[in-house]
Amino acid sequence: MTTETVPQQDQQIQELERVTIRFAGDSGDGMQLTGTQFTRTSAVFGNDISTLPDYPAEIRAPAGSLPGVSGFQLSFSSNEIHTPGDQPDVLVAMNPAALKTNIGDLPAGGALIVNKDAFTKQNLTKAGYAADPLTDGSLKSYALFEIPVSTLNARALEGLEMTNKQVDLTKNFFCLGIMFWLYERSMDPTLRWIEEKFGAKPVLAEANRRALNAGYAFGETTEIFHTHYRVAPAHLPPGKYRNITGNEATALGLVAASKLAGRPLFYGSYPITPASDILHQLSGYKNFGVRTFQAEDEIAAVGAAIGASYGGAMGMTASSGPGIALKTEAMGLAVMVELPLVVIDVQRAGPSTGMPTKTEQSDLLQVLFGRNGDSPMPVVAPATPAECFDYAIEAWRIALRYMTPVVYLSDAFLATGSEPWRIPEVADLPGIGVENHTDRASFQPYRRDPETLARPWAVPGTPGLEHRIGGLEKADVSGNVSYDPENHHKMQLLRAQKVAGIAKDIPDLQVQGPARGDLLVLGWGSTYGAIRSAVERLQAAGQSVSHAHLRHLNPFPQNTEEVLRSFRTVLIPEVNLGQLLMLIRARYLIPAIGLDKVRGKPFRIAEIEETALQLLEAR
Amino acid sequence: MTETATQTNGDAPLSPENAAIIKLSRKDFVSDQEVRWCPGCGDYSILAQTQKVMPDFGYPRENIVFISGIGCSGRLPYYMNTYGFHTIHGRAPTLATGLKAARPDLMVWVITGDGDALSIGGNHVLHSMRRNVDIRLVMFNNRIYGLTKGQASPTSEIGKKTKSTPAGTIDTPIIPLSIALAAEATFVARSVDTHTDHLQETLERAGRHKGSAFVEVLQNCNIFNDGAFRDFTERDVREDRMLVLRHGEPMIFGKDRDRGIRLNGLHPEVVQLGDGVTEADLVVHDEKAEEPFLAYMLSRMAYPDFPVPVGVFRRIERPTHDQLMLAQVQDAVTRSGEGDLHDLLHSGETWVAS
Repeated sequence: MTTETVPQQDQQIQELERVTIRFAGDSGDGMQLTGTQFTRTSAVFGNDISTLPDYPAEIRAPAGSLPGVSGFQLSFSSNEIHTPGDQPDVLVAMNPAALKTNIGDLPAGGALIVNKDAFTKQNLTKAGYAADPLTDGSLKSYALFEIPVSTLNARALEGLEMTNKQVDLTKNFFCLGIMFWLYERSMDPTLRWIEEKFGAKPVLAEANRRALNAGYAFGETTEIFHTHYRVAPAHLPPGKYRNITGNEATALGLVAASKLAGRPLFYGSYPITPASDILHQLSGYKNFGVRTFQAEDEIAAVGAAIGASYGGAMGMTASSGPGIALKTEAMGLAVMVELPLVVIDVQRAGPSTGMPTKTEQSDLLQVLFGRNGDSPMPVVAPATPAECFDYAIEAWRIALRYMTPVVYLSDAFLATGSEPWRIPEVADLPGIGVENHTDRASFQPYRRDPETLARPWAVPGTPGLEHRIGGLEKADVSGNVSYDPENHHKMQLLRAQKVAGIAKDIPDLQVQGPARGDLLVLGWGSTYGAIRSAVERLQAAGQSVSHAHLRHLNPFPQNTEEVLRSFRTVLIPEVNLGQLLMLIRARYLIPAIGLDKVRGKPFRIAEIEETALQLLEAR
Repeated sequence: MTETATQTNGDAPLSPENAAIIKLSRKDFVSDQEVRWCPGCGDYSILAQTQKVMPDFGYPRENIVFISGIGCSGRLPYYMNTYGFHTIHGRAPTLATGLKAARPDLMVWVITGDGDALSIGGNHVLHSMRRNVDIRLVMFNNRIYGLTKGQASPTSEIGKKTKSTPAGTIDTPIIPLSIALAAEATFVARSVDTHTDHLQETLERAGRHKGSAFVEVLQNCNIFNDGAFRDFTERDVREDRMLVLRHGEPMIFGKDRDRGIRLNGLHPEVVQLGDGVTEADLVVHDEKAEEPFLAYMLSRMAYPDFPVPVGVFRRIERPTHDQLMLAQVQDAVTRSGEGDLHDLLHSGETWVAS
């Protein structure tokens, strides 16, 4: 369908349950901002939402080029949703490159809105189009809306003292305005944002306001859209909500943990995608006593964190896979000296530098086994952006109670994706405080708590407890340097038992769906939404399938084996080449089956559904 | 910037009241661990002088922390009856940085060696110094890898034949104090393991400095690099071959104190006093000089062309890392009030589902 062929008729309103939109354009086109604004607006409106930013590592790849395309997909719904959608219903393509890289995901019949002005010969060539796709018929299976966005937007901004380039930079808000009209959204949240952001620069504020309003008015008056759509607010559990990304939730969880434990947070970090935002955010929380330290390298970041914990603070560091590799030796030191430490790994596609902005779950084995010597470390992994808050606190609870470094595994999808978060009451958060050891008579640096096997935390400044620790093997109880063979064996076992014993102190693995059946889909981390949605669809179709999701990856919950053995088949979808799969097989000798996709993207629901169905039918 | 951030100390005792109250002696700083360096190692003397000066600072034992990396020097914390942390290779300054940020009240010493500080840990030395982290970093320089049994170190002289360089090392050695100065350390000094009085004095002055102190101690490894500094440190030659720096005094050396250092353009030269050359022609040492040129020149003076300078090369004042970090925290509290968790969680755009 092209604009010319749309029959004129009165605009109608159609109710939809769920809509998925993808904004795609050049890195400099402001697609992330456009997507974020639509998300905030929809969240405040009360829809359930889920988002997937997808951007290149290059800050500004050559304009108009294929590698420079940046995308933002969001799904909003009147029902609960758990993924940003397998496929967009609407694709907004700001230039030929964005069209070329994204059109493959748009299903036949999907709406395609393009900035017609950007389809110049030069841009078409840059995108590798021999012929103009807008005219060669290749888009005939879509509902195509060609809008001269640049021209219309420039007209709306006439009279403002701005360069052509500055004017052009606001065209994303024109598109946002169109989308707001198309989906009956209020412009108020974005107008407020413009005021906050550009208040000091009245011309820019006015330009963005005009662009937004012009887009909205265009939607209203143009004859090309004959329908606009309504997606009612979702019935979320009662409470106060805010929209939150995984990185934001992580930062808030860390501040909460610091408050709950009554100790200052020390955050040592070296900039790395996609973890840097946690540093940025925490550096704004100094009035919570948070001390942020941008270190000279990854090793210094973790070293300083260990030093802070040694002094009685809550020392922590964050990175992504390549940085975790550098921190490895120091993490081993933390295992040996048994000090609390939280290490956040916001995973990205590897190996090596890999694809820095793309998601993957391939550091699980690295954080479990990537250290010299048997070096046990608890690992937790939130499943959704909002859950990042809870697991930041959980990581600290374990670190403090068991005097151990803890790894917190997030990933690029969780970190940058967002969803509504039901804000908890502070009074409902768990108490995680622990005391410093001060008693001289009972003090031995490695005398362990009989229940947790934690050693005492005796911080410098405590009279009479002067002692030495370090990376050399410790004699049991006294903590003095020891090369005694039997002692080393005993200490290795003690370190392992301490971590294994945490299993008694974590919730059982929950099963969504019947507790027994033909197929269990087991996941961890950010695959949660896709697995849950796939399983729910299959359950609705009468299939014997359930879902379980691990949040504790070391140790596993105590009932894990029992849950797994209650199903004929276990399917483990992972965004790696079968890491949890290897652990489950090795640990329980259960012939679980893997579904591995490593494309730098989250799973689509349909992929899991399809594989699950094949397994069910093969029975 | 708050008051604490601009507060710096010069040579004043850190806790004069405490020094009067806390009567500690060397033996209070001797731990119950058996010292396990090779017999005759220079480290014994450094340990002894360190233990001797500790009571002078007025810090209770529990407020002193020794942090070390890997190498023979790394064992020192085990022998000090204070808090101690034997960390990993090259990273001691990073742990010290975090510890000071968390606990500005502690007196923190970093014990390191030429390989630990200048090879694997070079980056951390650079950054801890430029940040003016309030640590006293004592680097034992024996110009060899001792604990791994005799490989070339970053301070080994060019052409040196070691187990790992049988045809001689081809790497130009690092001059530790030049690096410390380039890294903007606020206290830079050198001493010698066997010159016990001078070593004590140097450690004492480093201890009283507020900010990043870098102390190079020329230390003899009698197993793998015996006599590395003998040519100028031996009792019978040292006065002629070393220059003891004193703030505000002309640079005179020699048994008969008849030689000195004069500037010839931008270059130092050794001159004989007399014959028209007087003390007034000599360079006067200024450890507080705003610019580090003089100290840098001194750091490059080496035997046999020059007497080897020892003493305090540079001592200036700058707010410390922990002072600045905590000042920002304090400023934030003053500006926004102490953080309220409920308000933080409920910040941003919220909505209510009922």
